[in-house]
Amino acid sequence: MNLTAAFRDPQLARGQLDAIAKTVAGYDGGMTLMEVCGTHTMAIYQHGIRALLPEQIRLISGPGCPVCVTPVGFVDHAVALARRPQTVIATFGDMVRVPGSTSSLMREQASAAQILIVYSPLDAVTFAEKHPELEVVFLGVGFETTTPTIAGAVLTAERKGVKNFSVLCSHKTMPGPMAALAADPELQVDGYLCPAHVSAIIGADAYRPLVEAYNVPCVVTGFEPLDVLQGVLMLAKQIVAGEAKVENQYRRVVQPQGNPKALGLLWQLFEPSDARWRGIGDLPGSGLQLRPAYALFDAAKKFSVEIEPAREHAGCLCGEILKGKITPPQCPLFRTVCTPEQPVGACMVSSEGTCAAEYKYGS
Amino acid sequence: MKSDIILLGHGSGGTLSHQLLDTLIIPILSAVALPDQNDAAVLPAESGRLAFTTDSFVVDPIFFPGGNIGDLAINGTVNDLAMAGATPLYISVGLILEEGLPIADLRRILHSMRQAADAAGVSIVTGDTKVVPRGKADRIFINTSGVGRLEHELVISGSSARPGDRVLINGPIGDHGMAVLASREGLALQSDIKSDCAPLNRLVQAILAAAGSDLHVLRDPTRGGVATTLKEICLQSQVDITLDELSLPIRDNVAGACAILGLDPLFVANEGKLLVVVAPDSADAVLAAMHATPEGVGATCIGEVGPGGEGRLRLRTAIGGLRSIEMLAGEQLPRIC
Repeated sequence: MNLTAAFRDPQLARGQLDAIAKTVAGYDGGMTLMEVCGTHTMAIYQHGIRALLPEQIRLISGPGCPVCVTPVGFVDHAVALARRPQTVIATFGDMVRVPGSTSSLMREQASAAQILIVYSPLDAVTFAEKHPELEVVFLGVGFETTTPTIAGAVLTAERKGVKNFSVLCSHKTMPGPMAALAADPELQVDGYLCPAHVSAIIGADAYRPLVEAYNVPCVVTGFEPLDVLQGVLMLAKQIVAGEAKVENQYRRVVQPQGNPKALGLLWQLFEPSDARWRGIGDLPGSGLQLRPAYALFDAAKKFSVEIEPAREHAGCLCGEILKGKITPPQCPLFRTVCTPEQPVGACMVSSEGTCAAEYKYGS
Repeated sequence: MKSDIILLGHGSGGTLSHQLLDTLIIPILSAVALPDQNDAAVLPAESGRLAFTTDSFVVDPIFFPGGNIGDLAINGTVNDLAMAGATPLYISVGLILEEGLPIADLRRILHSMRQAADAAGVSIVTGDTKVVPRGKADRIFINTSGVGRLEHELVISGSSARPGDRVLINGPIGDHGMAVLASREGLALQSDIKSDCAPLNRLVQAILAAAGSDLHVLRDPTRGGVATTLKEICLQSQVDITLDELSLPIRDNVAGACAILGLDPLFVANEGKLLVVVAPDSADAVLAAMHATPEGVGATCIGEVGPGGEGRLRLRTAIGGLRSIEMLAGEQLPRIC
């Protein structure tokens, strides 16, 4: 059974596109819609959605690729830990290629470091259990979608008495940066396509304060082409009607209250912290750190390493891209100095990065 | 006592080496008895043109659903010869074994190689075996080289695609790469995906007979998948190719596994597939000829060469969008959220 075919039906897509065109037909002015999540960015490119929409609708990519918004200093910290003897850095694949100030985990691996690419944080705990002689540091990168699984891994390590497992935390939360961007007068976001998987955890209601404070329409939207088209249609209708409310297009997965079990696990182990976002800067309370009771699993507290001063590559405009202020071709490094083989900025590395999507699928 | 694992001595050139060759490798691989093991195989000279190719195989894991490193190594080289339109004749086998490899595994791999060679109608005529210390290789690496005979005067090349040509493929894409990935340790993904590893030389003969000089390009989309191979053809021939997403044959289990891992089946490796670029007038005849062979029953048209000549590969998406497809940069990495 093909579970996705129904969400790519050409005739239904045609119907949605006609409805979008009809909705904006009499509307005076353009609409700038930001897709927050990197998976949306990828889907929009992958299915060629941008070219199918009326010219009035401009889709811009936002800060929802976790690898992309991770600051260069975090990569430097991971590199410093990778240089420790008897230390294994366990991570999801994308982080390996993200450039730090002077190195990357891939480069360290080519020298001497041990890097373990895992598909689940639990795999890192299992590996640590099998190798008590090694210290296994998991790179905790991601939004509320991944953080509960990392909380589960820490609890598993605690229950099994695995003491050589720890997490270097750079967890981030939504919708903090969406509020920061909504407040940016240069951007003028007219509506948000809110992330699908993050919303499955935090719930559609999490965007209510944002809507109330900034009067910006929000539609929680799934990742299949018909989801995206319907999300765009719902936003366009709100904008034309002069409304601003939270709507949930992705009702087959997302509940208003989210996933209480995952949230319970998350808050049991983590507490809010200030976090630095590449491109956006420091946002108070937009990160997550392990609570003091779990300090033994916090790699930043467990190991004292010297971290080189963070230095962004001169000319890299990832920050502007993450804020939706420019598109990849407007960055002078795009396709010239910065390519997927030799990435300068994280947006070119991640499978959800805007530059990677533009490079792979762009015209 | 006879060892049940490979020892360093098996590569020493001494008695253990001879024992391994005489009792295992030669009896299994060689179709004919080789009374004297000389330094080189002496073969009858051919007139006309020859095709010659080499490939090394380092797949992990070495056994996967639908095949193993052994039949992969034979079929890979057979198919490279076939893509030149050649009839594969002779193959060499270089084995690099890691100390500690179970002899039973080696025997299983050798038997697969022999079966694959027999199925493709090629002879394994020369070989070499080396053993490296534990940790210096990953169980077994295999190099195969092959020689084939060209029985026609056609120029089948990646630079021969022309505007109006049709792009055909002989069946579902992405099976091999996903079968290997799904059987990799650490990926708790259970699936029934099997590698498509198969010899394609007989299918190529059928295509040649049906298309004649209307056959412009033959390529097997192995590493980098269908997308990378077609992009290469676009660049080599300086043509634009547009694929139709709705006509791409992709099994549901492959599409599902790709979706879970964040991979694009167009970039996943195949080992029993070929892409045919053929003049439009012969496309139906070639499809019919392909359908009549076991390796071509799933053959279908997936796109065509457009009038433009800028080396662009594009996809008409299911919902009617049009986007470009670029060559695979690095490896496909799984997504993290």
